[in-house]
Amino acid sequence: MHAPARPASGQRAFLATQFDRLGILIALLAAYGVAGNSFVSFRLNRIVPGQGVSLWASLPSGLSYAAIVVVASGCIVALVRSRPVVRAVAGIAVVACMFALVGLAGENLLSDGDELARVSPAAGFWLVGFAFSLLSVEGLSRMSLRPGVRVALLAAVTGTVLGALSFGVWDDLSIMNEYRSRSESFWSEAATHLQLAFGSMAAAVLVGVPLGLLCFRMPRAKTAILTVLNTVQTVPSMAMFGLMIAPLGWIALHVPGASALGIRGIGAAPAFIALFLYSLLPVVANTVAGLANVSATIRDAARGMGMTWLQKLLRIELPIAFPVILTGIRIVLVQNIGLVTIAALIGGGGFGTFVFQGIGQMAMDLVLLGAVPTVALAFGTAVVLDAVIDASSVPTEQRADT
Amino acid sequence: MSWITNLVRVAVLALLVLFLVWPELFEPMFAPLTRNGAPAIYTRQSLFTLAWHHLAIVAAATLAAGIVAVGMAILVTREAGAELLPFARSVVNIGQTFPPVAVLALAVPVFGFGTWPTLIALFLYALLPIFENTLTALTTLPRDVIEAARGAGMSGFQKLMQIELPLSVPLILAGVRIAVVISLATATIGSTVAASTLGEVIIAGLLSNNTAFVLQGGLVVAVMAVLLHDALMLMERRLARSIDNQTD
Repeated sequence: MHAPARPASGQRAFLATQFDRLGILIALLAAYGVAGNSFVSFRLNRIVPGQGVSLWASLPSGLSYAAIVVVASGCIVALVRSRPVVRAVAGIAVVACMFALVGLAGENLLSDGDELARVSPAAGFWLVGFAFSLLSVEGLSRMSLRPGVRVALLAAVTGTVLGALSFGVWDDLSIMNEYRSRSESFWSEAATHLQLAFGSMAAAVLVGVPLGLLCFRMPRAKTAILTVLNTVQTVPSMAMFGLMIAPLGWIALHVPGASALGIRGIGAAPAFIALFLYSLLPVVANTVAGLANVSATIRDAARGMGMTWLQKLLRIELPIAFPVILTGIRIVLVQNIGLVTIAALIGGGGFGTFVFQGIGQMAMDLVLLGAVPTVALAFGTAVVLDAVIDASSVPTEQRADT
Repeated sequence: MSWITNLVRVAVLALLVLFLVWPELFEPMFAPLTRNGAPAIYTRQSLFTLAWHHLAIVAAATLAAGIVAVGMAILVTREAGAELLPFARSVVNIGQTFPPVAVLALAVPVFGFGTWPTLIALFLYALLPIFENTLTALTTLPRDVIEAARGAGMSGFQKLMQIELPLSVPLILAGVRIAVVISLATATIGSTVAASTLGEVIIAGLLSNNTAFVLQGGLVVAVMAVLLHDALMLMERRLARSIDNQTD
């Protein structure tokens, strides 16, 4: 193990360098968020424009003092040069406090009998949250955590947020109103979203890895296949989804049994195929790149040991190429989770349904109900797959070095 | 062989321009895709204007992202900013995991409907490829060239402007190329929040079940992306070659 790099010795030379430059930015953002912006917005009903309510007005005085103390101590930790772990913990703690406080603000502002009034987090909340998320990202990125620890941390944060939400911390906020009025369709759209994103990825891996092998063995096929796949990427996703409607509608009408399988012109089938087509390029290109990582020495050694073509592939080439192929899968998954939202335009379902309904009704909390889970899903998937890639690439590098 | 590819490029460009200024000429090609006598060519807004807006939005977002990304990459490769490198990397990476539709939708309450949400989303997506490529370029420069510059008594700023950045241009341009291709396709989504782009044509097609509209919107964007990709690729090769000649 390497010892962590020590800070430069000359850093104590000037008083100015005692302040963390990023910390100054974080503190300014947080101060502007608290002092210059409303913490929550209050509306008499779902669609009228909201009025901003400051932090002081939205919480009982004891709590608003507590909020100020929390933000101020967070700012001090950010400003003073401190150890990464302190910064990470402070950032997460302030974000967690804000998360709880905005829920309490909702409870405080709504009178008991009022079913129509709505409270939503406003710019001040988002700015303070953003500032201290930066602080925790900075701390975490400097701690260079091991893959397992990163996944455990993600699981802990996810568990805490879901636990707090089911415990009712945000029950008085508008986004939860939107959720309650469609809680069943929320989870079925979530399932559709995951099925589309992961299913099309799985199909792309089943087709793309063999296609990548083919490309690697036949350079002429490689140029042709990669050119076609690159061109597919230039077709905008909305058009791609739209163009799938007509051929699939035709198949559903004319191929016996197709409609029984759920193939229709609109809905999940065209979305699945469009996502599959987009997913092929990263999988094929990374399979080729991964196979190119296998050095000639290793190939010769494998041949010298009398390995058959299949043995060489399964025991040498694919294991060495695996981290690079996995990187392709990570690109595909994060991209697909985002693209599935667009499938809602052709009735494909997924969280995009809420986003586009919300845009159509000018109900921004409904938009949030679709957008926030999508972002969380994409982010969580990226963290988990990055951890898996890191964990799987270390031994391979050592193997390649020896 | 190369004159054939060039001929194809020019022909495709000419066809694209012809289609944009005089789309009615192509009506017979799109007519079979419509049903019940629906119009085959989108006429609510001129395709040329839409394509122009589309390109302008992409250019503005890519330019802004280029300035910020190259600036950040320069900052984190200097001694004074080296400690920010892991942080900058994570922020840019996290920005990339935000789905375009989510960014657009979340930007609407702050910036309203129109062009701004699209510009912000495109800016966010263009950051990563340009930043990563600039970083790779600046950290893999031939060591002897840097040493020679220091030996010649260049200041840090001179070294950056006269040696490091010029040598990095081909790789930076490659990042710009990736960003432009992504942005061209993503800009269409901006029309769901009322940005004036070619996405308008596609959305009109989706709403009225008119495949002809979907196809022409999609085709124009795809052809523009392929042409720009090719043009930037040519530029990169030229620049890389001229740099090789100079350093030899």
